Amino acid sequence: MTSIQDAKAPAGEVVLEAIGLTKHFPVRRRLRDLFRRQHSAVHAVDDVHLTLRRGQVVALVGESGSGKSTVARLLAQLYPRTGGDIQLHGESTRVKGGSSFRAYAARVQMIFQDPFASLNPVHTIRYHLTRALKIHHNAGDDLDAALAELLTRVSLTPPERYLDKFPHELSGGQRQRVAIARALGAQPEALLADEPVSMLDVSIRLGVLNLLRDLKERLDLAILYITHDIASARYFADQTMVMYAGRMVEGGDSETVTQTPAHPYTRLLIDSAPDPDRLTGDVDPLEEDRGNGEPPSLINPPSGCRFHPRCPAAMARCSTDLPVPLEIGDAPGHWAACWLYDKAGAR
Amino acid sequence: MAEPVLEIRNLNVDYGLGDRAVHAVRDVNLTLHRGEVLGLAGESGSGKSTLAYGMTRLLAPPGVITGGEVVYHPQQGPAYDVLGLTDRQLRAWRWAETAIVFQGAMNSLNPVHKISTQLTDVLKAHDPKMSEHSRSARAREMLKLVGISADRMDAYPHQLSGGMRQRVMIGMALILQPQVVIMDEPTTALDVVMQRQILGQLIELRERLGFSVIFITHDLSLLVEFSNRIAIMYGGRIVEEAPAATIYRDALHPYSKGLLSSFPALRGPKRELAGIPGSPPDLAGMPAGCSFHPRCPKAFEPCNSAIPVLGRPDTPDGAGRSVACWLHPAEQPVG
Repeated sequence: MTSIQDAKAPAGEVVLEAIGLTKHFPVRRRLRDLFRRQHSAVHAVDDVHLTLRRGQVVALVGESGSGKSTVARLLAQLYPRTGGDIQLHGESTRVKGGSSFRAYAARVQMIFQDPFASLNPVHTIRYHLTRALKIHHNAGDDLDAALAELLTRVSLTPPERYLDKFPHELSGGQRQRVAIARALGAQPEALLADEPVSMLDVSIRLGVLNLLRDLKERLDLAILYITHDIASARYFADQTMVMYAGRMVEGGDSETVTQTPAHPYTRLLIDSAPDPDRLTGDVDPLEEDRGNGEPPSLINPPSGCRFHPRCPAAMARCSTDLPVPLEIGDAPGHWAACWLYDKAGAR
Repeated sequence: MAEPVLEIRNLNVDYGLGDRAVHAVRDVNLTLHRGEVLGLAGESGSGKSTLAYGMTRLLAPPGVITGGEVVYHPQQGPAYDVLGLTDRQLRAWRWAETAIVFQGAMNSLNPVHKISTQLTDVLKAHDPKMSEHSRSARAREMLKLVGISADRMDAYPHQLSGGMRQRVMIGMALILQPQVVIMDEPTTALDVVMQRQILGQLIELRERLGFSVIFITHDLSLLVEFSNRIAIMYGGRIVEEAPAATIYRDALHPYSKGLLSSFPALRGPKRELAGIPGSPPDLAGMPAGCSFHPRCPKAFEPCNSAIPVLGRPDTPDGAGRSVACWLHPAEQPVG
């Protein structure tokens, strides 16, 4: 286990960066579209900028269908991108399977949402972890010691009790810990966690989140944490980015984004989160002018700002001009893509 | 307090028979009052869904109800035990008196039938004399009630979004004006914005139509906001029951406290959270004594040998709440 130490660099160094990342999924053409010029596509991710730094957690928050998982898969190079660039330590990377993909995977690993599906049911924990270590040549001389260390890292102790178990013998939380250990087996620099706790029981979610935070501090990992639960982003992440319909709408440090949200969509998201302090009796159903709560179709996304059909503060230019990220000014690095904050353009 | 509408007494549900039976629900006593929202919280495997299926007799084999009774109080007439109904009576009782919205509600609609067909089918089955025209009028009215425009009547389920399908399911559950609506994780598959809209609408409808709701979920913070009373289940038993605000401010059972501190807060000061150590118990090998004791930070001597009974605690505000914990031994056991 030396390469991590070797690769260690000052904290805050950029590990992985997405620049203008775009992904369109083609829609299958029907017969009647055969003679049409344009090809329709699902605009899953458009122009996403994201920076993962060593020793930092960035949360990506959004509702289902907002494209947040697509961002993770693009960063893991599981999908080829349509446009933009992914830079690992400042170098543009594009891999197409084979050895270049393995080399990339040794540095960027992914943890999936469902630990019930991401482990092979016919293999033991030993097999899963051994493969991760051998493929990335991290097994060293003493495989057993390396395996034990991996399991100890994710607090599955004593390791002997877990090594020869099958996934079905473990609980959901333990399985997710094995999935994390498998990702660590590659000794990555960046970890992409796609809703790592949403399938777990509520009482053990925090255990897994605290483990990830602990690992981040000890191994100096850069973590992308994808979630739909903005409260856990506040708890766990240093920075929070909010995504809506394939575009980033707001970003900044987690405390600022959750306490003084700037973009109307972020406000809607925060107002909708369950709040125990707001007891029954004063339930206020959201005003009707916020639309029917449907995210837009991504095949023909709304022009201008994609949130404008649901936005309570929509102005005329919102439906025509695409908002650019604008500095809010209440905290360094807090921005929102919303024309409300365009001071120069204000009449 | 309002009169009861559904009383569950000493209900026991097993999966399997004989020695290999797994006790999924054990000695549950629960009363639903008219017009209230009763929240039922617990982790997966705590028996909350089994309880819901048990009391409506929807359990599929190998699930068996091994004891207890479920007393239903209709608006008129004497109370009766649901577990003693004949098949014919049960068919009439279901939906008309107690309706259920299932967990995978988004997938509970038949994909090959129009919404209108599925809505009017219920009316046809329960009131065959109703005319075609008044059936479709009623279906239309129901859709309007849940906020779907009547021109979507002839849509197929795949043409509706997840939130709309969920609303159709709620509308279907309410179409015969039942007294009790059981909602089994109705919004887990939806995102927060939609979840709030649908729940807000449900609360509004409840005020207008006056039915009672049993709301099953694992999201305690949601329950605290939307329900009147909360019952918390662990390992097949109810471990604490109290008004929602009381649970939130002053939970007595260590498991309830642990659950409450498992949710990061969105507002207020940021604090370090720990969750609950260990993992939920395996129903096949339940620990002796209190089933929570291996994970309990406050476990002491009687916990690993004797099962605490659910009863009124010895605290000053003990009225109207009950807890099953040796830290707060029951003065008056429930049931």
